[in-house]
Amino acid sequence: MKPFLAIGFGGMLGSGARYGVSLLLDTNGFPLSTLIVNLIGCFMLAYLLNNTFIKQRLKANTFIALTTGLIGSFTTFSALAVESVQLWETSTIASFGYIIITLVGGLVFCYLGFQLAQRTRKQVAK
Amino acid sequence: MNLLLVAIGGFLGSIARYSISVKLNKRLIATWIANISGSMLLAFSLHFYMQGLISDRTWLLLGVGFCGAYTTFSTFGNEVLQLLLHQQYIHAGIYVLSSFTVSILAVFITLSLL
Repeated sequence: MKPFLAIGFGGMLGSGARYGVSLLLDTNGFPLSTLIVNLIGCFMLAYLLNNTFIKQRLKANTFIALTTGLIGSFTTFSALAVESVQLWETSTIASFGYIIITLVGGLVFCYLGFQLAQRTRKQVAK
Repeated sequence: MNLLLVAIGGFLGSIARYSISVKLNKRLIATWIANISGSMLLAFSLHFYMQGLISDRTWLLLGVGFCGAYTTFSTFGNEVLQLLLHQQYIHAGIYVLSSFTVSILAVFITLSLL
């Protein structure tokens, strides 16, 4: 029961933060707020998952609440799919561009988070 | 009040996503299922919301909160990165292509057929 509750609370914070960003970046047309939360979330999750130092220090439930719960809910795939279809109706190029920027940008940010975690690990080892 | 509705939806959505990943043990297919089914559910919700069949509050709870949290892009991205780092390029390609085409097609069909 405990990991479920921990993830649920992480999910509350993550989805609340995502909603907050969408209110701050109320753009007409391009879905900038979804793009930004997805890129930031990719970086943060990659960093946390690959940083063994942090993983060892945190309790298992805290770690899963942060990763699966908070960051998992901060980022979203369903809005991306729906926004791509909505963009398609106004501009095919914008729709394709949105998907490509999210995908390539997401992977780059995952890699940057992974690299930073590796570097931190080496520094801790020293 | 709005923030609370989104948070409650997020509470339930993240638990639902985790339940699937626990049940299936294989996390890749679990994320895939959550992302596809969540995209379809969001398309349904959006359709009913635009038709005025569900209220602003229900939309915040179900669409923004639940569907938003039930689906995830960060886990998806990190799973793809792991596949690429382990040089499983074909696996990564299939995972990316199928996630995007199936979810987008499902949303398109849901929104255009309803």
